[in-house]
Amino acid sequence: MTLSSISDKPVGVIGAGNFGTVIANILAINRKVLLYARNEQVVASMRASRQHKGYPLHPQVEPTHDMAQLASHCDVIFPIVPSAHFRAMMKQLSPYLHPYHILIHGTKGFDISLPEGQTTESIAKLTRTQVKTMSEVIQEESVVVRVGCLAGPNLAKELAQRQPGATVVASHFNEVIQIGKRMLRNDRFQVYENSDIVGVEIAGVLKNIIAIASGALSGLGYGENAKGLLVSRGAVEMVYLGRALGGDLKAFLGVAGIGDLVTTCNSPMSRNFTVGYRLAKGEKLSEILADMSEIAEGINTVRIAKKCADHYKVRALITDRLYKVLFEGMTVEEALDFLMRYPLNVDIDFI
Amino acid sequence: MEILEEKKNKNRRYKPILDGIPDWPVYRLSKNRKEFIEEVAAKSIERIKQLRPNTKQLISDLEATAYREQNRIKRNRWRVDPKDDQKFWSKVKSELVELSSKNTNEIDGIVDDILERIVQRYADEIAGNFKPNSYRVTRELIKFWFQRLLNGARVKKFGAFFRNQYTLRDKIQIVGKVKMLRTLAKQGTVVMVPTHFSNLDSILIGWVIHSCGLPAFIYGAGLNLFNIKIFAYFMNSLGAYKVDRRKKNLPYLETLKMYSSLAIQKGAHSLFFPGGTRSRSGLIEKQLKLGLLSTAIEAQRNLYLESTGGEPVRKIFIVPVTLNYNFVLEAPDLIEDYLHVKGQDKYFPEQDKYGSVQLLRFLFKFFTKGSNISVSIGTGLDVLGNYVDDAGNSLDNQGRVIETKDYFVSNSHITDDKQREDEYTRMLSNRIVTEYHRINRVFASHVAAYVAFEIWQKKFPMLDLFSLLRLPEEDLEIEYTEFRETFKRVRKRIYELKDEGKVRHATHLKGKADAVIKLGVENVGIFHLKRPLLINKKGNIITHDLTVLYYYHNRLVGYDLEQYI
Repeated sequence: MTLSSISDKPVGVIGAGNFGTVIANILAINRKVLLYARNEQVVASMRASRQHKGYPLHPQVEPTHDMAQLASHCDVIFPIVPSAHFRAMMKQLSPYLHPYHILIHGTKGFDISLPEGQTTESIAKLTRTQVKTMSEVIQEESVVVRVGCLAGPNLAKELAQRQPGATVVASHFNEVIQIGKRMLRNDRFQVYENSDIVGVEIAGVLKNIIAIASGALSGLGYGENAKGLLVSRGAVEMVYLGRALGGDLKAFLGVAGIGDLVTTCNSPMSRNFTVGYRLAKGEKLSEILADMSEIAEGINTVRIAKKCADHYKVRALITDRLYKVLFEGMTVEEALDFLMRYPLNVDIDFI
Repeated sequence: MEILEEKKNKNRRYKPILDGIPDWPVYRLSKNRKEFIEEVAAKSIERIKQLRPNTKQLISDLEATAYREQNRIKRNRWRVDPKDDQKFWSKVKSELVELSSKNTNEIDGIVDDILERIVQRYADEIAGNFKPNSYRVTRELIKFWFQRLLNGARVKKFGAFFRNQYTLRDKIQIVGKVKMLRTLAKQGTVVMVPTHFSNLDSILIGWVIHSCGLPAFIYGAGLNLFNIKIFAYFMNSLGAYKVDRRKKNLPYLETLKMYSSLAIQKGAHSLFFPGGTRSRSGLIEKQLKLGLLSTAIEAQRNLYLESTGGEPVRKIFIVPVTLNYNFVLEAPDLIEDYLHVKGQDKYFPEQDKYGSVQLLRFLFKFFTKGSNISVSIGTGLDVLGNYVDDAGNSLDNQGRVIETKDYFVSNSHITDDKQREDEYTRMLSNRIVTEYHRINRVFASHVAAYVAFEIWQKKFPMLDLFSLLRLPEEDLEIEYTEFRETFKRVRKRIYELKDEGKVRHATHLKGKADAVIKLGVENVGIFHLKRPLLINKKGNIITHDLTVLYYYHNRLVGYDLEQYI
């Protein structure tokens, strides 16, 4: 394989959110980066001020508003946009893509496509034909097959401060993993390989459920024992769900699984954690949502995971109870009570 | 019966796309057979050495090869095996044993020599031998006798034997993208990948290729078929190369793949059954063998890699084909095999073997009774599984043209990346399986078998498959009205699936329910001694062989029809 000359072409990043901007800066250490933002004014202000979202832009980062230009200049592109907009973004990008492109996305979330008139609230059960990961969206919407994903405990703020951290680059293609690794790795950022891209993607989404639960425990005033219990049982539940959805066990034990889970359950600033915390304090979901500027991804994930679990007949107790708390008026204490009394107590039964 | 007859067959005769046999790629290949085998051997050796870069690894592979080959000779000998097999392999074995007493600088030379002899031997064994004269003779023989049989049997008048009122084309229907297949075969190299249910598939598909006006294909045919003399004759003359599934050693597999890959690269239209072996369960193949499939991708990449930019690169097209029967001669044996493996000690098979007399009897019955076969030709795909248009352009989901070459490009250069192509092979394989389900042609007999078995399964929800199959057949009876209603529901769903482009069905399925059911029940495994499905005196549905019914039922598994039972 000839990787030696990957550096002469710039690499593209689509989406100038927190994570996208930080990744663009990391990539820019060794090469030119084109950073795409949807909003023209944002591009203009990035150009003028050379900073964005509170992060200074690396000199090699060039903001752009032109997708066609980005696709024609870059063979390797990192799409990092919220899952709700991902498919729309791919539809827009798709005409400029060719089979030689390599896409490594950094988006955590599911894409849901439902029959006309149905919503995730109204539909009784969800199957894998309706719930797609981002790598699957890329393949459905474009001719690109060499797809990878980036997942792990990557809080943008800490990465920007060059604190030590790690990520997983997952792909079916060794070529993609190696390219991702070479581009991202530096002395403060370790990159691990995984061939189970779907498992890694699913792990990155499901952990949001446990993050809400973690906030709830905290809100009830419980300490570290409770959190240890939650993280370990949460990981088991992720394995059950993840396998039903087509992931492999290994992805859930790695950096993108346990690694990300521990980080998320310990970051009180995250939106998911906050939702759980306030629920435990007795607030209603509608009240919490009313004063949150962005929706906590985990709420939607609970709904999707619960409906998938029903369809695939997976035992997912935490998810199920959280669903009842979020949407059916159960209190956090009742949910916890149920879980603590649940009779089946095999620790690990999937290895 | 009128409505149940197939639409008057549009299968007109197709003119050959290439005039004379000397233009056929397969002929050119066989004319230079010796050079070709040498090239295959040389390149296989090169490949094997790449895979086993140091002599130690190579020796251990050769030892394993010799050991397994000797085992094969001891345990599982076939008539087609060369007479000197035993001698050859014991010589290899003893040479390998003697290596330990040799100097290190000698060893490399000796190992190379052994490897060369083994690969040469395999290449020779695999290579087909297409002979235009015997091809012509065979073709005419098949046509002549089949025609006589058909006419003699159908038109019951003296002298009918010599008439030409019916031809094979009335018996075997070719539906789907024939025209596209013909145009693709003109501008590129076609790799045809049919489903595999019966040993007769090999001959049937040979006839189909000829009948579509295509030049003979080279064929990956199981070596076991060559044990039967009559098959051996047909296969040899049709351009078959031999695939021996007993040999799983590295030198053999690499030589086989190299043979296929180089032949495709040289423009020889090819055919192999990607399921690897006949479907034991009666299910449409879900898992394909990736080895031979990968050779198509490799050949395409090499064509791009070696192109100097002058002429456009010859494209390789994958064409999935399904063969649809009412009756599979070997069904009872196949399903026994399957259940035996799946059920282990839960299943006790009874012995019941089929020989060549049965084969001839079947052929006679086939031509004299009404049991049609249909062959469904799918849309052409490129080696990545994208649909192509009539001009051979690959298309994406939105109908935009894709450059196939770009799949092999990394950083602006075409590269050879084994792992990447393994992944492409897996994608292509999944794509072919999807296409199989889409072009599968549903017969009334398939629906009848499916509905009956599913109803019984639903009646005994507590029983697992094996307990169900052990139920005494006398306990099984379905009220006709119940059967009829369910049949209609399932049939309606099949219409819907057809409209969604997910399956095809025979025209006869659309007749009046009672007539279609009658036709279906009569045709499920029509020639078996114990009939899988019958209508009893009370007009209810019964079975004499639930296991074989299960086999025929499996044909429609995978379309989520269970919920309509």
